[in-house]
Amino acid sequence: MGKRSVIPYGPQHPVLPEPVHIDLVVEDERVVEAIPSIGFIHRGLESLVDRRDFNQMTYVAERTCGICSFQHGMGYCEAVEHIMGVEVPDRAKFLRTLWAETSRMHSHLLWLGLLADGFGFENLFYQCWRVREKVLDIQEMTAGGRLIFSVNKVGGVLKDVTDDQLKFILATMDEVEAELKVIKETFFEDYSVKSRLVGVGVLTAEQINALGAVGPFARASGVNVDMRKLGYAAYPHIDFEPITSNDGDCYARCYVRMMEVFQSIDIIRQVIAKMPAEKDLAVAVKGNPDGEYFMRVEQPRGEAFYYVKGNGTPNLERMRIRTPTFANIPGLCEMLKNTELADIGLLILTIDPCISCTER
Amino acid sequence: MANISRSPWLLHYDGSSCNGCDIEVLAALTPVYDAERLGVVNTGDPMQADIFLITGGINEQNKDVVKQIYDQMPRPKVVVAVGVCACTGGVFKDCYNILGGADTVIPVDIYVPGCAARPQAIIDGVVQAVGLFQQRLDEHNAQKRKEA
Repeated sequence: MGKRSVIPYGPQHPVLPEPVHIDLVVEDERVVEAIPSIGFIHRGLESLVDRRDFNQMTYVAERTCGICSFQHGMGYCEAVEHIMGVEVPDRAKFLRTLWAETSRMHSHLLWLGLLADGFGFENLFYQCWRVREKVLDIQEMTAGGRLIFSVNKVGGVLKDVTDDQLKFILATMDEVEAELKVIKETFFEDYSVKSRLVGVGVLTAEQINALGAVGPFARASGVNVDMRKLGYAAYPHIDFEPITSNDGDCYARCYVRMMEVFQSIDIIRQVIAKMPAEKDLAVAVKGNPDGEYFMRVEQPRGEAFYYVKGNGTPNLERMRIRTPTFANIPGLCEMLKNTELADIGLLILTIDPCISCTER
Repeated sequence: MANISRSPWLLHYDGSSCNGCDIEVLAALTPVYDAERLGVVNTGDPMQADIFLITGGINEQNKDVVKQIYDQMPRPKVVVAVGVCACTGGVFKDCYNILGGADTVIPVDIYVPGCAARPQAIIDGVVQAVGLFQQRLDEHNAQKRKEA
Protein backbone atom coordinates (compact mmCIF):
# COMPACT_ATOMS: atom_id res chain seq x y z
CA MET A 1 0.00 0.00 0.00
CA GLY A 2 1.37 3.36 -0.99
CA LYS A 3 1.52 6.44 1.13
CA ARG A 4 -1.68 8.45 1.35
CA SER A 5 -1.65 12.05 0.28
CA VAL A 6 -4.26 14.71 -0.40
CA ILE A 7 -4.35 16.58 -3.69
CA PRO A 8 -6.55 19.66 -3.82
CA TYR A 9 -8.38 19.86 -7.14
CA GLY A 10 -9.56 23.38 -8.00
CA PRO A 11 -11.10 25.87 -7.58
CA GLN A 12 -9.19 27.19 -10.57
CA HIS A 13 -8.55 24.27 -12.92
CA PRO A 14 -8.55 23.66 -16.67
CA VAL A 15 -11.39 21.13 -16.98
CA LEU A 16 -14.45 23.26 -16.47
CA PRO A 17 -15.03 26.98 -16.81
CA GLU A 18 -16.48 26.88 -13.30
CA PRO A 19 -14.70 26.61 -9.98
CA VAL A 20 -15.20 23.30 -8.23
CA HIS A 21 -13.07 22.21 -5.33
CA ILE A 22 -12.48 18.58 -4.46
CA ASP A 23 -9.89 17.20 -2.06
CA LEU A 24 -8.65 13.95 -3.53
CA VAL A 25 -7.16 11.45 -1.12
CA VAL A 26 -4.78 9.37 -3.22
CA GLU A 27 -2.63 6.30 -2.73
CA ASP A 28 0.00 6.47 -5.44
CA GLU A 29 -2.10 7.18 -8.55
CA ARG A 30 -5.33 5.73 -7.18
CA VAL A 31 -8.04 7.88 -5.60
CA VAL A 32 -9.40 6.41 -2.37
CA GLU A 33 -11.68 9.23 -1.33
CA ALA A 34 -13.04 12.46 -2.73
CA ILE A 35 -14.20 15.26 -0.43
CA PRO A 36 -16.05 18.07 -2.18
CA SER A 37 -16.33 21.58 -0.82
CA ILE A 38 -18.64 24.10 -2.37
CA GLY A 39 -19.35 27.78 -1.93
CA PHE A 40 -17.02 29.55 -4.34
CA ILE A 41 -19.92 30.84 -6.42
CA HIS A 42 -22.44 31.22 -3.62
CA ARG A 43 -24.32 34.46 -4.14
CA GLY A 44 -27.36 33.97 -1.92
CA LEU A 45 -29.91 34.76 -4.59
CA GLU A 46 -32.72 33.04 -2.69
CA SER A 47 -32.47 35.83 -0.12
CA LEU A 48 -33.43 38.40 -2.77
CA VAL A 49 -37.11 37.55 -2.11
CA ASP A 50 -36.90 40.18 0.65
CA ARG A 51 -36.11 42.93 -1.80
CA ARG A 52 -37.73 41.87 -5.09
CA ASP A 53 -41.41 41.16 -5.68
CA PHE A 54 -42.58 37.86 -7.11
CA ASN A 55 -42.63 39.14 -10.71
CA GLN A 56 -39.10 40.51 -10.49
CA MET A 57 -37.91 37.24 -8.97
CA THR A 58 -38.53 35.57 -12.36
CA TYR A 59 -35.46 37.38 -13.67
CA VAL A 60 -33.42 36.44 -10.62
CA ALA A 61 -34.49 32.78 -10.93
CA GLU A 62 -33.39 32.81 -14.57
CA ARG A 63 -29.95 33.92 -13.51
CA THR A 64 -29.48 30.93 -11.22
CA CYS A 65 -27.70 29.36 -14.14
CA GLY A 66 -26.84 30.68 -17.57
CA ILE A 67 -27.13 27.33 -19.32
CA CYS A 68 -30.54 26.12 -18.17
CA SER A 69 -31.68 29.71 -17.63
CA PHE A 70 -34.99 29.29 -19.42
CA GLN A 71 -35.93 26.18 -17.47
CA HIS A 72 -35.15 27.86 -14.16
CA GLY A 73 -37.51 30.69 -15.07
CA MET A 74 -40.12 28.21 -16.22
CA GLY A 75 -39.92 26.17 -13.01
CA TYR A 76 -40.28 29.27 -10.88
CA CYS A 77 -43.18 30.68 -12.91
CA GLU A 78 -45.06 27.37 -12.91
CA ALA A 79 -44.69 27.14 -9.14
CA VAL A 80 -46.11 30.65 -8.63
CA GLU A 81 -48.87 29.97 -11.18
CA HIS A 82 -49.91 26.86 -9.23
CA ILE A 83 -50.15 28.86 -5.99
CA MET A 84 -52.22 31.57 -7.65
CA GLY A 85 -54.42 29.13 -9.58
CA VAL A 86 -53.52 30.63 -12.96
CA GLU A 87 -54.13 28.56 -16.08
CA VAL A 88 -51.55 29.44 -18.72
CA PRO A 89 -52.82 29.71 -22.35
CA ASP A 90 -52.06 26.66 -24.49
CA ARG A 91 -49.81 28.49 -26.92
CA ALA A 92 -47.65 29.72 -24.06
CA LYS A 93 -47.32 26.12 -22.81
CA PHE A 94 -46.16 24.95 -26.22
CA LEU A 95 -43.75 27.85 -26.58
CA ARG A 96 -42.31 27.05 -23.14
CA THR A 97 -41.80 23.46 -24.26
CA LEU A 98 -40.11 24.66 -27.44
CA TRP A 99 -37.61 26.84 -25.60
CA ALA A 100 -37.11 24.22 -22.90
CA GLU A 101 -36.04 21.74 -25.56
CA THR A 102 -33.77 24.16 -27.43
CA SER A 103 -32.04 24.89 -24.14
CA ARG A 104 -31.70 21.15 -23.51
CA MET A 105 -30.16 20.77 -26.96
CA HIS A 106 -27.60 23.52 -26.50
CA SER A 107 -26.76 22.33 -23.00
CA HIS A 108 -26.15 18.74 -24.15
CA LEU A 109 -24.14 19.89 -27.17
CA LEU A 110 -22.04 22.06 -24.86
CA TRP A 111 -21.46 19.06 -22.62
CA LEU A 112 -20.60 16.74 -25.52
CA GLY A 113 -18.05 19.31 -26.65
CA LEU A 114 -16.53 19.62 -23.19
CA LEU A 115 -16.40 15.83 -22.94
CA ALA A 116 -14.56 15.63 -26.26
CA ASP A 117 -12.16 18.29 -24.94
CA GLY A 118 -11.84 16.24 -21.74
CA PHE A 119 -10.50 13.20 -23.58
CA GLY A 120 -8.40 15.31 -25.89
CA PHE A 121 -10.41 15.24 -29.12
CA GLU A 122 -10.16 18.93 -29.95
CA ASN A 123 -11.76 18.68 -33.38
CA LEU A 124 -14.88 16.99 -32.03
CA PHE A 125 -15.11 19.68 -29.34
CA TYR A 126 -15.18 22.42 -31.94
CA GLN A 127 -17.65 20.53 -34.15
CA CYS A 128 -20.12 20.17 -31.25
CA TRP A 129 -19.84 23.86 -30.42
CA ARG A 130 -20.24 24.83 -34.06
CA VAL A 131 -23.54 22.95 -34.26
CA ARG A 132 -24.58 24.42 -30.91
CA GLU A 133 -24.37 27.92 -32.36
CA LYS A 134 -27.26 27.08 -34.71
CA VAL A 135 -29.44 26.27 -31.73
CA LEU A 136 -28.39 29.52 -30.08
CA ASP A 137 -29.36 31.33 -33.30
CA ILE A 138 -32.89 29.97 -32.90
CA GLN A 139 -33.03 31.27 -29.33
CA GLU A 140 -31.67 34.64 -30.34
CA MET A 141 -34.09 34.99 -33.23
CA THR A 142 -37.21 33.92 -31.36
CA ALA A 143 -36.52 35.29 -27.90
CA GLY A 144 -33.89 38.00 -28.39
CA GLY A 145 -31.07 36.52 -26.34
CA ARG A 146 -28.50 33.81 -26.81
CA LEU A 147 -28.51 32.32 -23.34
CA ILE A 148 -30.53 34.36 -20.89
CA PHE A 149 -33.57 35.56 -22.74
CA SER A 150 -36.20 36.27 -20.10
CA VAL A 151 -39.34 35.38 -22.03
CA ASN A 152 -41.11 33.83 -19.06
CA LYS A 153 -43.46 35.69 -16.83
CA VAL A 154 -45.94 34.61 -14.22
CA GLY A 155 -49.04 33.84 -16.31
CA GLY A 156 -47.43 32.99 -19.63
CA VAL A 157 -44.69 34.11 -21.98
CA LEU A 158 -43.73 37.53 -23.29
CA LYS A 159 -42.94 36.82 -26.93
CA ASP A 160 -44.68 34.98 -29.71
CA VAL A 161 -42.99 32.97 -32.43
CA THR A 162 -44.22 33.74 -35.96
CA ASP A 163 -45.01 31.09 -38.57
CA ASP A 164 -41.93 32.08 -40.58
CA GLN A 165 -39.78 31.60 -37.53
CA LEU A 166 -41.33 28.17 -36.96
CA LYS A 167 -40.41 27.24 -40.54
CA PHE A 168 -36.87 28.44 -39.93
CA ILE A 169 -36.68 26.34 -36.75
CA LEU A 170 -37.81 23.24 -38.66
CA ALA A 171 -35.22 23.87 -41.37
CA THR A 172 -32.51 24.37 -38.75
CA MET A 173 -33.55 21.16 -37.00
CA ASP A 174 -33.02 19.24 -40.27
CA GLU A 175 -29.58 20.80 -40.65
CA VAL A 176 -28.61 20.12 -37.06
CA GLU A 177 -29.85 16.54 -37.28
CA ALA A 178 -27.79 15.84 -40.40
CA GLU A 179 -24.62 17.29 -38.85
CA LEU A 180 -25.21 15.55 -35.54
CA LYS A 181 -25.38 12.17 -37.25
CA VAL A 182 -21.78 12.62 -38.35
CA ILE A 183 -20.75 13.69 -34.83
CA LYS A 184 -22.67 10.77 -33.35
CA GLU A 185 -20.80 8.29 -35.53
CA THR A 186 -17.50 9.68 -34.31
CA PHE A 187 -18.57 9.50 -30.67
CA PHE A 188 -19.86 5.95 -30.94
CA GLU A 189 -17.42 4.40 -33.37
CA ASP A 190 -14.05 6.04 -32.79
CA TYR A 191 -11.79 3.63 -30.90
CA SER A 192 -10.03 6.39 -28.94
CA VAL A 193 -13.34 7.63 -27.55
CA LYS A 194 -14.25 4.12 -26.46
CA SER A 195 -10.89 3.50 -24.87
CA ARG A 196 -11.36 6.49 -22.57
CA LEU A 197 -15.05 6.01 -21.74
CA VAL A 198 -16.07 2.34 -21.75
CA GLY A 199 -16.10 0.78 -18.30
CA VAL A 200 -14.87 3.94 -16.55
CA GLY A 201 -16.72 5.20 -13.47
CA VAL A 202 -19.42 2.54 -13.35
CA LEU A 203 -22.37 3.09 -11.01
CA THR A 204 -25.15 0.53 -10.67
CA ALA A 205 -28.86 1.34 -10.51
CA GLU A 206 -28.86 0.42 -6.77
CA GLN A 207 -26.08 2.91 -6.08
CA ILE A 208 -27.88 5.59 -8.09
CA ASN A 209 -31.08 5.03 -6.12
CA ALA A 210 -29.28 4.97 -2.79
CA LEU A 211 -27.40 8.20 -3.55
CA GLY A 212 -30.40 9.97 -5.06
CA ALA A 213 -28.86 10.86 -8.39
CA VAL A 214 -31.06 12.39 -11.09
CA GLY A 215 -31.25 13.14 -14.78
CA PRO A 216 -29.11 11.64 -17.56
CA PHE A 217 -26.60 10.54 -14.90
CA ALA A 218 -29.28 8.27 -13.37
CA ARG A 219 -30.79 7.26 -16.71
CA ALA A 220 -27.37 6.06 -17.90
CA SER A 221 -27.46 3.49 -15.07
CA GLY A 222 -30.89 2.22 -16.04
CA VAL A 223 -32.98 4.32 -13.62
CA ASN A 224 -35.93 5.57 -15.61
CA VAL A 225 -36.62 8.99 -14.08
CA ASP A 226 -37.75 11.90 -16.21
CA MET A 227 -39.76 14.74 -14.71
CA ARG A 228 -41.14 15.66 -18.11
CA LYS A 229 -43.37 12.62 -17.67
CA LEU A 230 -45.10 14.45 -14.77
CA GLY A 231 -46.76 16.53 -17.45
CA TYR A 232 -45.90 20.18 -16.94
CA ALA A 233 -45.99 22.70 -19.82
CA ALA A 234 -47.07 20.93 -23.03
CA TYR A 235 -45.37 17.61 -22.30
CA PRO A 236 -48.68 15.70 -21.83
CA HIS A 237 -49.32 16.31 -25.56
CA ILE A 238 -45.89 15.12 -26.62
CA ASP A 239 -45.09 11.52 -27.42
CA PHE A 240 -41.66 10.51 -26.08
CA GLU A 241 -39.98 7.88 -23.94
CA PRO A 242 -37.04 8.64 -21.62
CA ILE A 243 -33.73 7.35 -22.97
CA THR A 244 -31.92 4.93 -20.69
CA SER A 245 -28.90 2.69 -20.79
CA ASN A 246 -27.92 -0.15 -18.48
CA ASP A 247 -24.14 0.14 -18.55
CA GLY A 248 -23.72 2.97 -16.03
CA ASP A 249 -20.28 3.99 -17.31
CA CYS A 250 -19.03 7.20 -18.92
CA TYR A 251 -19.84 5.83 -22.36
CA ALA A 252 -23.48 5.24 -21.35
CA ARG A 253 -23.74 8.83 -20.07
CA CYS A 254 -22.41 10.05 -23.39
CA TYR A 255 -24.90 7.80 -25.20
CA VAL A 256 -27.88 9.02 -23.16
CA ARG A 257 -27.10 12.71 -23.71
CA MET A 258 -26.35 12.26 -27.38
CA MET A 259 -29.65 10.44 -27.96
CA GLU A 260 -31.49 13.08 -25.93
CA VAL A 261 -30.39 15.72 -28.41
CA PHE A 262 -32.07 13.70 -31.15
CA GLN A 263 -35.08 13.27 -28.89
CA SER A 264 -35.25 17.03 -28.38
CA ILE A 265 -35.23 17.53 -32.15
CA ASP A 266 -38.17 15.14 -32.34
CA ILE A 267 -40.01 16.92 -29.51
CA ILE A 268 -39.49 20.31 -31.16
CA ARG A 269 -40.97 18.94 -34.41
CA GLN A 270 -43.98 17.63 -32.49
CA VAL A 271 -44.39 20.96 -30.66
CA ILE A 272 -44.38 22.88 -33.93
CA ALA A 273 -46.82 20.43 -35.55
CA LYS A 274 -49.24 20.70 -32.63
CA MET A 275 -48.78 24.44 -31.91
CA PRO A 276 -52.22 25.92 -31.10
CA ALA A 277 -53.38 28.67 -33.46
CA GLU A 278 -54.84 31.06 -30.88
CA LYS A 279 -52.48 33.88 -30.19
CA ASP A 280 -53.07 34.30 -26.43
CA LEU A 281 -49.67 34.36 -24.78
CA ALA A 282 -50.41 35.24 -21.18
CA VAL A 283 -53.26 35.78 -18.75
CA ALA A 284 -53.41 38.79 -16.46
CA VAL A 285 -52.36 37.90 -12.94
CA LYS A 286 -54.14 39.67 -10.11
CA GLY A 287 -53.25 39.73 -6.44
CA ASN A 288 -50.29 38.19 -4.66
CA PRO A 289 -49.32 34.56 -4.13
CA ASP A 290 -50.54 33.08 -0.87
CA GLY A 291 -49.62 29.47 -0.17
CA GLU A 292 -46.81 27.11 -1.02
CA TYR A 293 -45.94 24.76 -3.84
CA PHE A 294 -43.26 22.31 -4.93
CA MET A 295 -42.53 22.35 -8.64
CA ARG A 296 -40.37 19.71 -10.27
CA VAL A 297 -38.94 20.22 -13.75
CA GLU A 298 -36.55 18.15 -15.81
CA GLN A 299 -33.58 20.30 -16.68
CA PRO A 300 -30.79 19.16 -19.00
CA ARG A 301 -28.92 17.94 -15.92
CA GLY A 302 -31.91 16.32 -14.23
CA GLU A 303 -34.66 17.08 -11.82
CA ALA A 304 -34.81 20.53 -10.26
CA PHE A 305 -37.04 21.39 -7.32
CA TYR A 306 -38.64 24.76 -6.78
CA TYR A 307 -40.18 25.44 -3.42
CA VAL A 308 -42.09 28.71 -3.33
CA LYS A 309 -43.99 30.05 -0.35
CA GLY A 310 -46.02 33.25 -0.49
CA ASN A 311 -47.82 35.06 2.29
CA GLY A 312 -50.17 37.36 0.39
CA THR A 313 -47.65 40.20 0.03
CA PRO A 314 -45.78 41.02 -3.20
CA ASN A 315 -42.59 39.62 -1.62
CA LEU A 316 -42.42 35.87 -1.30
CA GLU A 317 -41.69 34.43 2.11
CA ARG A 318 -39.29 31.79 0.81
CA MET A 319 -37.91 30.48 -2.43
CA ARG A 320 -35.77 27.39 -2.40
CA ILE A 321 -34.10 25.73 -5.37
CA ARG A 322 -32.67 22.20 -5.27
CA THR A 323 -30.66 21.81 -8.43
CA PRO A 324 -29.77 18.57 -10.24
CA THR A 325 -26.00 18.89 -9.76
CA PHE A 326 -26.47 19.11 -6.01
CA ALA A 327 -28.28 15.77 -6.12
CA ASN A 328 -25.53 14.27 -8.29
CA ILE A 329 -22.54 15.23 -6.12
CA PRO A 330 -22.87 12.21 -3.74
CA GLY A 331 -22.93 9.98 -6.83
CA LEU A 332 -19.85 11.73 -8.17
CA CYS A 333 -17.90 11.19 -4.93
CA GLU A 334 -18.84 7.49 -4.94
CA MET A 335 -17.79 7.23 -8.58
CA LEU A 336 -14.40 8.87 -7.95
CA LYS A 337 -13.37 6.16 -5.48
CA ASN A 338 -10.90 3.64 -6.86
CA THR A 339 -10.26 5.48 -10.09
CA GLU A 340 -7.05 6.62 -11.71
CA LEU A 341 -5.97 10.17 -11.00
CA ALA A 342 -5.78 10.86 -14.74
CA ASP A 343 -9.49 10.07 -15.18
CA ILE A 344 -10.66 12.57 -12.56
CA GLY A 345 -11.32 15.43 -14.97
CA LEU A 346 -13.34 13.22 -17.27
CA LEU A 347 -15.33 11.68 -14.41
CA ILE A 348 -16.24 15.07 -12.97
CA LEU A 349 -17.42 16.09 -16.43
CA THR A 350 -19.68 13.09 -16.90
CA ILE A 351 -22.18 14.24 -14.25
CA ASP A 352 -22.45 17.45 -16.31
CA PRO A 353 -21.75 19.62 -13.26
CA CYS A 354 -23.31 23.04 -13.10
CA ILE A 355 -21.69 24.60 -10.08
CA SER A 356 -23.45 27.94 -10.51
CA CYS A 357 -26.82 26.26 -10.05
CA THR A 358 -25.61 24.20 -7.15
CA GLU A 359 -24.26 27.08 -5.12
CA ARG A 360 -26.77 29.71 -6.25
CA MET B 1 15.09 39.52 -28.13
CA ALA B 2 13.29 42.78 -28.83
CA ASN B 3 12.38 41.80 -32.40
CA ILE B 4 10.62 38.58 -31.53
CA SER B 5 7.25 39.15 -29.95
CA ARG B 6 4.91 36.63 -28.40
CA SER B 7 1.14 36.36 -28.28
CA PRO B 8 -0.63 37.25 -25.06
CA TRP B 9 -2.34 34.33 -23.33
CA LEU B 10 -5.76 34.39 -21.72
CA LEU B 11 -6.81 33.06 -18.36
CA HIS B 12 -10.48 32.76 -17.50
CA TYR B 13 -11.83 32.48 -13.97
CA ASP B 14 -15.45 32.28 -12.95
CA GLY B 15 -15.89 34.47 -9.88
CA SER B 16 -19.50 33.91 -8.93
CA SER B 17 -21.11 34.16 -12.32
CA CYS B 18 -24.24 32.26 -13.32
CA ASN B 19 -22.29 30.42 -16.03
CA GLY B 20 -23.84 32.47 -18.81
CA CYS B 21 -20.77 34.65 -19.36
CA ASP B 22 -18.43 31.69 -18.86
CA ILE B 23 -19.86 29.71 -21.70
CA GLU B 24 -19.95 32.86 -23.82
CA VAL B 25 -16.23 33.28 -23.14
CA LEU B 26 -15.74 29.70 -24.33
CA ALA B 27 -18.08 30.29 -27.29
CA ALA B 28 -15.96 33.30 -28.25
CA LEU B 29 -12.99 30.93 -28.60
CA THR B 30 -14.81 28.34 -30.73
CA PRO B 31 -15.06 28.37 -34.56
CA VAL B 32 -17.97 30.75 -35.13
CA TYR B 33 -16.34 33.66 -33.27
CA ASP B 34 -12.78 32.38 -32.99
CA ALA B 35 -11.04 34.91 -30.77
CA GLU B 36 -7.83 32.89 -31.14
CA ARG B 37 -7.29 34.44 -34.59
CA LEU B 38 -6.31 37.58 -32.67
CA GLY B 39 -3.27 35.75 -31.37
CA VAL B 40 -4.59 34.89 -27.91
CA VAL B 41 -4.62 31.38 -26.50
CA ASN B 42 -6.76 30.15 -23.63
CA THR B 43 -4.66 28.72 -20.83
CA GLY B 44 -5.45 27.25 -17.44
CA ASP B 45 -2.19 28.29 -15.83
CA PRO B 46 -2.05 31.73 -14.16
CA MET B 47 1.76 31.74 -14.32
CA GLN B 48 1.63 31.77 -18.11
CA ALA B 49 -1.28 34.16 -18.53
CA ASP B 50 -1.13 37.81 -19.55
CA ILE B 51 -4.81 38.71 -19.82
CA PHE B 52 -7.20 37.80 -17.01
CA LEU B 53 -10.86 37.42 -17.96
CA ILE B 54 -13.02 37.41 -14.88
CA THR B 55 -16.74 36.73 -14.88
CA GLY B 56 -19.12 37.15 -11.97
CA GLY B 57 -18.95 39.15 -8.78
CA ILE B 58 -16.71 38.74 -5.78
CA ASN B 59 -17.88 36.88 -2.69
CA GLU B 60 -16.35 36.07 0.68
CA GLN B 61 -15.00 32.71 -0.39
CA ASN B 62 -13.53 33.54 -3.78
CA LYS B 63 -11.92 36.91 -3.05
CA ASP B 64 -8.67 35.26 -1.93
CA VAL B 65 -8.69 32.95 -4.94
CA VAL B 66 -9.12 35.87 -7.34
CA LYS B 67 -6.37 37.86 -5.60
CA GLN B 68 -4.06 34.87 -5.64
CA ILE B 69 -4.60 34.24 -9.36
CA TYR B 70 -3.94 37.92 -10.09
CA ASP B 71 -0.75 37.88 -8.01
CA GLN B 72 0.50 34.73 -9.73
CA MET B 73 0.28 36.31 -13.17
CA PRO B 74 3.54 37.82 -14.43
CA ARG B 75 3.77 41.56 -14.98
CA PRO B 76 2.63 43.30 -17.14
CA LYS B 77 -0.95 42.08 -17.01
CA VAL B 78 -4.41 43.22 -18.08
CA VAL B 79 -7.72 42.45 -16.36
CA VAL B 80 -10.99 42.29 -18.26
CA ALA B 81 -14.25 42.14 -16.29
CA VAL B 82 -16.74 40.24 -18.45
CA GLY B 83 -20.45 40.73 -17.85
CA VAL B 84 -22.40 43.04 -15.65
CA CYS B 85 -21.80 40.93 -12.51
CA ALA B 86 -18.03 41.30 -12.84
CA CYS B 87 -18.47 45.01 -13.54
CA THR B 88 -20.74 45.94 -10.63
CA GLY B 89 -22.30 42.84 -9.06
CA GLY B 90 -25.26 43.04 -11.44
CA VAL B 91 -28.55 41.46 -10.50
CA PHE B 92 -26.89 39.92 -7.44
CA LYS B 93 -25.56 43.23 -6.11
CA ASP B 94 -27.97 43.17 -3.16
CA CYS B 95 -27.26 39.54 -2.22
CA TYR B 96 -25.73 39.10 1.23
CA ASN B 97 -22.74 37.19 -0.08
CA ILE B 98 -21.73 39.52 -2.93
CA LEU B 99 -19.11 42.15 -2.13
CA GLY B 100 -19.35 43.80 -5.54
CA GLY B 101 -17.68 43.67 -8.94
CA ALA B 102 -14.20 42.34 -9.67
CA ASP B 103 -12.71 45.78 -8.98
CA THR B 104 -13.37 45.37 -5.26
CA VAL B 105 -10.27 43.15 -4.99
CA ILE B 106 -8.15 43.63 -8.12
CA PRO B 107 -7.63 46.56 -10.51
CA VAL B 108 -9.80 46.16 -13.60
CA ASP B 109 -8.73 47.72 -16.92
CA ILE B 110 -11.59 46.89 -19.27
CA TYR B 111 -15.28 46.46 -18.52
CA VAL B 112 -17.40 44.36 -20.90
CA PRO B 113 -21.14 44.91 -20.39
CA GLY B 114 -23.99 42.47 -20.94
CA CYS B 115 -26.06 39.82 -19.20
CA ALA B 116 -24.86 37.49 -20.50
CA ALA B 117 -22.04 39.34 -22.30
CA ARG B 118 -22.27 38.54 -26.01
CA PRO B 119 -19.27 36.92 -27.75
CA GLN B 120 -18.93 40.00 -29.95
CA ALA B 121 -18.62 42.19 -26.85
CA ILE B 122 -16.13 39.79 -25.28
CA ILE B 123 -14.00 39.82 -28.45
CA ASP B 124 -14.11 43.63 -28.42
CA GLY B 125 -12.87 43.54 -24.83
CA VAL B 126 -10.11 41.10 -25.73
CA VAL B 127 -9.00 43.27 -28.68
CA GLN B 128 -8.71 46.27 -26.36
CA ALA B 129 -6.88 44.13 -23.82
CA VAL B 130 -4.37 42.95 -26.42
CA GLY B 131 -3.64 46.59 -27.36
CA LEU B 132 -3.29 47.62 -23.74
CA PHE B 133 -1.08 44.63 -23.01
CA GLN B 134 1.26 45.53 -25.90
CA GLN B 135 1.49 49.11 -24.65
CA ARG B 136 2.26 47.98 -21.11
CA LEU B 137 4.80 45.47 -22.37
CA ASP B 138 6.64 48.22 -24.28
CA GLU B 139 6.65 50.44 -21.19
CA HIS B 140 7.80 47.53 -19.04
CA ASN B 141 10.66 46.71 -21.44
CA ALA B 142 11.72 50.38 -21.67
CA GLN B 143 11.78 50.55 -17.88
CA LYS B 144 13.92 47.40 -17.67
CA ARG B 145 16.35 48.76 -20.25
CA LYS B 146 16.70 51.98 -18.30
CA GLU B 147 17.45 50.04 -15.12
CA ALA B 148 20.01 47.79 -16.83
